[in-house]
Amino acid sequence: MSHTLTPSPRQEIRRSSWWKRHQQQITPWLFLAPGLIFFTVYVIYPIFQSMAISLYEWDGLSPATYIGFANYVELMDDEEFYTSLWNNVRWLICFMLAVPLGLAIALFLNQTIFGIRLIKSLFFFPFVISQAVIGLIFTWFYEPNYGVIAPLLNMVGWDGWAILADEDYATYGIIFAGLYPQIAYCMILYLTGLNNISADQIEAGRMDGAKGWSLFWNIILPQLRPATFIAVVVTIIGALRSFDMIAIMTQGGPWGSTNVLAYFMFEQALSEYGYRMGYGSAIATILFAIMLVYITFFIYRMYRDEKRGL
Amino acid sequence: MKKTLAALATVASLGLTSAASAGTLVINTDTSDPAPKAAFQYIIDKFEAENPDVTVEWNLFDHEGYKQSIRNFLNTNPPDVANWYAGNRMRPFVKAGLFEDVSDIWADTGWQDGELNNSMAHAKKSMTIAGRQWGVPYTYYQWGIYYRKDIFEKLGIAVPKTFDELVEASATLKANGITPFTIGSKYLWTTAGVFDYLNLRTNGYEFHMDLALGKVPYTDPRVQATFDNWDRLVKPGYFIENHAAYSWQEALTPMVKGEAAMYVMGNFAVAPLREAGLTDDQLGFMQFPEITAGIPMAEEAPTDTVHIPSKAKNKKDAKRFLIFMARADVQTEVNKILGQLPINAQSTVADDKFLKAGNEMLNNAYAMAQFYDRDAPAEMASAGMKGFQEYMVKPERRDAILKRLEKARARIYK
Repeated sequence: MSHTLTPSPRQEIRRSSWWKRHQQQITPWLFLAPGLIFFTVYVIYPIFQSMAISLYEWDGLSPATYIGFANYVELMDDEEFYTSLWNNVRWLICFMLAVPLGLAIALFLNQTIFGIRLIKSLFFFPFVISQAVIGLIFTWFYEPNYGVIAPLLNMVGWDGWAILADEDYATYGIIFAGLYPQIAYCMILYLTGLNNISADQIEAGRMDGAKGWSLFWNIILPQLRPATFIAVVVTIIGALRSFDMIAIMTQGGPWGSTNVLAYFMFEQALSEYGYRMGYGSAIATILFAIMLVYITFFIYRMYRDEKRGL
Repeated sequence: MKKTLAALATVASLGLTSAASAGTLVINTDTSDPAPKAAFQYIIDKFEAENPDVTVEWNLFDHEGYKQSIRNFLNTNPPDVANWYAGNRMRPFVKAGLFEDVSDIWADTGWQDGELNNSMAHAKKSMTIAGRQWGVPYTYYQWGIYYRKDIFEKLGIAVPKTFDELVEASATLKANGITPFTIGSKYLWTTAGVFDYLNLRTNGYEFHMDLALGKVPYTDPRVQATFDNWDRLVKPGYFIENHAAYSWQEALTPMVKGEAAMYVMGNFAVAPLREAGLTDDQLGFMQFPEITAGIPMAEEAPTDTVHIPSKAKNKKDAKRFLIFMARADVQTEVNKILGQLPINAQSTVADDKFLKAGNEMLNNAYAMAQFYDRDAPAEMASAGMKGFQEYMVKPERRDAILKRLEKARARIYK
C-alpha cells in the first residue's frame, strides 16, 4: 500500500506543464541573462554613473562636491572643447574616404590570377598591425629632417615642414595615418561582399548591354549594399574613437590643436595633469549624446531593413 | 625584496591586505629605470643589514603607472613608505590627509648627523606645507644651460654672465650658421624649464612661487616683462625650428651634430650626450645668467622624496627608514649610483665635472624651485606648458595666450 508516497499522475502532469507552458518565454531570457547582466553592470550603469559624476567637482581623492551644471557651463566657454569638437567632425568626414578607397582596392584585387591570395593578404596587412605601431611609424615618417617624406618635401620646396607640429595640418597627418589600416579593413569587407555577387545578374546585365561604369553602378554596387553599410558603420565608429593614434602621435598637441573629445576627456580626467573627474565626465556625456544621434539612426535603419526583409 | 608582479597582485587584492607584522616594512617605489632601481636595491640591502629586526618588502612599480597607482594604494592598501616628489606635487596628498606629518624627524632625528633643519636647510622650503614637513628628500639635480664648449671657443664667445651677453652670444652663433638653442617641446615640459629660469631671473624666487601658487595674475606686467625677455630669444629665431615635433631626446641630435650650441636642460641630459660621443672638453655647463641685476639667484632643482602614508601600519620602522635615507653617508652612496646630487650638505659628491658644478651652484643657491609642473598645481601646469609651447612657435599670440592662462588661473585656484 504505497499510494500516499508516490505523487499522483495528475500532479506530475500539472508540474511539468507549468514549465512546458512557459518554456518558450523563459528560455530566451535565460540565455540572454549573462549578457544582459554584464551589459547592465559594465555599460548601462557606468553611463548613468558618469552622468552623475559630471554634476560634481571631484579629483578622485577628496570628497566630491555637488556643483550642478557648472562643468557644462565651463565646457561651453572652453576653447579646447570647440577645437576637439571640430576635430571630431574633421575625423568623421575625412575618415569616410576609407570606404570608396577600400572599395577601389577590393575591385582591383577581385580577379583570378596566380598568387592573388598572397597579394590580398598583403593588402590586408595594415589592419593586422596594432594602431599604436602604425602611429609610431607614421610619426617617424613625418619627422621633418630625417623622416621618409622629408626628401619628397624638399623636392617641392617645403623642406623642414613638421606636419605633426603644425596646428593647421597635424590632425590631417594623424587622419592619414589612421586611414592606412581603415582602408584595408573596408577592403576586406568589400572583398567578401564581392565573393557573394550573383553571376547570373551580371550576365543578365551584360545581355541588356550594361558594361563598365553602368554595370558597376547599377548591378554590382546595389549587391554590395550590406558591405557598404558595415563599412560605413565601422568607419564612423573608428573615427569617433580615434584615441590611440592621437595619444601616440601628438598627445593632442601642438597646444591642444589635435585634440578630439575622447582624448580631451582622458586628458582632463585621467592624465598626469588632470584628475578632473567631473569635467571629464561632462565631456563624456556630451560625446555620448553625439554618439546617441548616430546610434539612433543606426538602430532605426536596422529596424526598417529588417521589416522590409533585407 | 623586489616583487614587481607581487606588487600588482597585492594592490589589486584590496581585501587581502597582508597583515604586516611588526618588523615588516612595506616600501612602494616608482624607480623602474635601471639607475634608480639599483639605488633602491642598495638602500634596502643596507637598511636590512643595519636593522636585522626589520624585513623589507619592496613593491617596484612602473614609473609612469605609479602616478596612477599611488592614488589608489594610499587609500586602499597603504605601504609604510612611498617615494614621491617635493613641492606642490605632494600637495594633493597632504591636503587629502594621506601623508604623515614628519616634522619631528626634521626637528630631531636623534642620530649623529644632528637635525635635518641644518643639514638640509636649503631643501626645507620645498618639503613644507602649512608650516609642517611631510617627507624627506634624498636626491636632486640641477637645471641650467648645457653648451658646446668647443663651438663657443672656436667663435671666441665668452661664457655669458648676463642676459644681454647671452643674447649677444646667440646673435654671434646665429650669424655663423649655428642655431643658438635646441629644444624639443613635443611633450611640453621642456618649455617650462626656459620659462622658469626667465621668470626666476627677471622677477625673483618669491614672485615665481607666488605665480605658481596662483597669487599673481598671468596678465601682470611682471609676467609680461618675463615674456619680453623671452621675445629676445624667440623672435630672432634663436631656438631650433620645428621644436614642437621633437621629444627632448630627439632635440639632442642638433647639439651632438654641432648644429645647435645650447640646451636649457636638467643634468640627466649629460648621460645621453656623452653616449652620443661628446667629450667633457666639448660639453660645458653654465648657470642661467643674471637678468635683473641684484635679484638673488634661485635655481631649478627637482627633488625626489620619501613619505610615510598616514594609513601605514608600521610607522615606527618607517620613520627609522626615513631617518636612514636622510643620512649623509647613505645619500652619498645613493647619489653615486643615481648620478645625481645628495641633499644632505654633509654628503660628498661623485667625481664628475657636471655634478660638481651643479653641487656648487645649488649649495650657493638662494632657493630652489621644483620645476613648473611640480610647483604649480597639475591643471595649471598643463594649461601653462601648452601656452608656453604655443608662444614659442607663435610669439605674436602672446596676449591671447596669457589671457587664456589667466582664465585658467582664476578657475583653478578659486
